[in-house]
Amino acid sequence: MKRAFPVLAILTAVLLSYGLYQALVVAPTEQTMGDVQRIFYYHVPSAWTAFILFFVNLVASIVYLASRNPKTDALAVAAAEVGVVFCTVVLVTGPIWARPVWGIWWTWDLRLTLTLVLWLIYVSYLMLRRFSSSGQTPLIAAVLAVFGALDVPLVYFSIWFFRTQHPQPVMGNGGSIDPRMLHALLINWLAFSCFAALVCWSRYRLEVLRREVDETQALEALLEKGVPERGSSR
Amino acid sequence: MNYLYAAYAATWIIHISYLGVLVRRYTRLRHEIEELKKQ
Repeated sequence: MKRAFPVLAILTAVLLSYGLYQALVVAPTEQTMGDVQRIFYYHVPSAWTAFILFFVNLVASIVYLASRNPKTDALAVAAAEVGVVFCTVVLVTGPIWARPVWGIWWTWDLRLTLTLVLWLIYVSYLMLRRFSSSGQTPLIAAVLAVFGALDVPLVYFSIWFFRTQHPQPVMGNGGSIDPRMLHALLINWLAFSCFAALVCWSRYRLEVLRREVDETQALEALLEKGVPERGSSR
Repeated sequence: MNYLYAAYAATWIIHISYLGVLVRRYTRLRHEIEELKKQ
């Protein structure tokens, strides 16, 4: 992976630049919304990438519950944290699009509310990881992640099964889109997915290194105090 | 157009801020590793 990292970084930079060009120059202007519709090329890929990261978090959490492998726990933390960053982008770019199109920044629509709840669930997950000092924290967090992931399909399918103010899906469920718009959308999704993979990998390495340092520091502290003799605590 | 630029700028401000947080955490960790090596 060390060798692949710079290659993936260059590929990501090229894809992000190409995606930006496609979104701002090549994709046609939408007739009713005008240029503000181009926010869609960042908003939707960010949402899909966040869903993938939350799915990685779910799988890693299930594997951790089954195997208690600390590396899968580290991957779960990394995926959740990067997922929250992408979900934040969704929650920020959505209202910026809504203001000129709907005339309001926010409405308590089902899709929007469920997305906010999803963000809050994973922020709670990260807070639990950050502030709980119990030895059972990874276990409790893994269980929370499994239940938290149930909100992802609710967010995704909310516009399929319920009447909401949010625009209808552009693919599937009868939706259609101009091929140049679809191309710009998919290129940006690929670019953001590569970017997310890079950041998630860096965060995972940082988490593994952090745990190694913590273990070494704990060992150092024990050695400084001296190992207590058997039965001395009674 | 202002809303479009605002959305794109906000996206990159969020990502770059997070990358900044990661770099700061990594720098702190490198410092701790160096301290441990000295001991």
